[in-house]
Amino acid sequence: MLIDWFTVGAQLLNFLVLAWLLKRFLYRPILDALDAREQRIAAELADADAKRAEAKEERAEFQHKNEVFERQRATLLSEATEAAQAERQRLLDEARLAADALKAKRMQALSDDARGLDQALRRRTEQEVFAIARQTLADLADASLEQRMAELFTRRLRALDPPAKEGFANALKATSAPARVRSAFDLPAAQRAAIQTAINETFSADVPVEFETAPERICGIELSTEGQKMAWSIADYLASLAQGVEELVKAQAAGEVKAQPESTPDAPPT
Amino acid sequence: MNISPDAIIFWQYGFLKLNATILFTWVVMGVLVVGSMLITRRLSSGLERSRWQGLLEVVVTTIEQQIAEVGLREPRNYLPFLGTLFLFVALSALGTLFPGFEPPTASLSTTAALALCVLVAVPLFGIEGQGLRGYLRSYMEPTIVMLPFNLISEVSRTLALAVRLFGNMMSGAMIIGILLTITPFVFPIVMTVLGLLTGMVQAYIFFVLAAVYIAAATQISQPEPRP
Repeated sequence: MLIDWFTVGAQLLNFLVLAWLLKRFLYRPILDALDAREQRIAAELADADAKRAEAKEERAEFQHKNEVFERQRATLLSEATEAAQAERQRLLDEARLAADALKAKRMQALSDDARGLDQALRRRTEQEVFAIARQTLADLADASLEQRMAELFTRRLRALDPPAKEGFANALKATSAPARVRSAFDLPAAQRAAIQTAINETFSADVPVEFETAPERICGIELSTEGQKMAWSIADYLASLAQGVEELVKAQAAGEVKAQPESTPDAPPT
Repeated sequence: MNISPDAIIFWQYGFLKLNATILFTWVVMGVLVVGSMLITRRLSSGLERSRWQGLLEVVVTTIEQQIAEVGLREPRNYLPFLGTLFLFVALSALGTLFPGFEPPTASLSTTAALALCVLVAVPLFGIEGQGLRGYLRSYMEPTIVMLPFNLISEVSRTLALAVRLFGNMMSGAMIIGILLTITPFVFPIVMTVLGLLTGMVQAYIFFVLAAVYIAAATQISQPEPRP
């Protein structure tokens, strides 16, 4: 008999036990491991996809930020350039104004200096003229300048034309203040008396007179009362002299300017 | 010389006995179970894994793939049964490489037991797949006249399964044994190699046929898609 039924039964049992044991120790662990690996790989792939998407998104965001930054930079740069140009213009204007003010101030100073020099020259010239005249009179005519001037003044006073004389007389009557006689130098007592006498005789009245010395303002002798004035001075002569000197200076300056190009060594031959 | 290892009895107590078939079945079972336990004790679910784990993964996935190719929809449901059939038969054939090993599949008792398992498993899976009514109705397809023929077919194919495997395995072992007595050099080695090949082929045939029977039982009533 080829079939032993006990063995058949035992083998049946053996097979079922083997199937259960292999399911427990072989198939399930291996399949679980395979599934776990598949899930892990799928998860990693999904993770990689997510990371790629995230990276793409971040890249897009970065590019956007970069563009915004570039725009802002360009805007700021143009604003800064405009501001710098405006500031430059402002500083230039300020500097120009300051330069103009300085120039005006310097011109003013120069003008003041010239005026001061002119006055000093004028005074000095007067003094010199008076000194020369005084000396010349003393040497040639044996007379003092003051005496001659007082004589000249009294003579002119007496020869005053009627309207002027009348105006003076009215003015003297109208005021109680004394008439004022101003001279460039101290008049001696004799000359003062002569002038007083001449005034009294001219206006036929006893006119109170006050003598005053003002060398910086008067270049001769001057009689003044309320609104009326009569004088003899060398101011006209001095003006003539000043004009002559000025013309001379101008002529010299013109000559220097004209001579300047001729003396230029680099001038090309004509 | 024994035709069947059933005849080699190591221990007997009345009805109970321990013959070579049962003993070597336990040996095969021990190798399979202990080997699986040792290898699956430390499984890696990462990309790095041991060679033995790789081997088991290849074996299990190949069996799973073959079941799917036969046409079973959920291969994992049938894997313990069909996979164990294949592994047991294949390892029994491989064992013939070792001198003194008697393949348990060379015993008609073993192959009958395996065929009985298939005989019982086919209707169980069929009922599980399409319900009791559906399964029973499949015996009356296409007409009720076919019922006895279907029943005969069911029994005869189980018998064929058992005898086919027994005959091949027994003959292989017998041929090697006979050749060893006649020409004890070189030629038995060639025959051993041939026996290994036939053993593997038989394991595959047994496994595929069982799968086909189960597939037929679970899907018989499903209409075929019209072209």
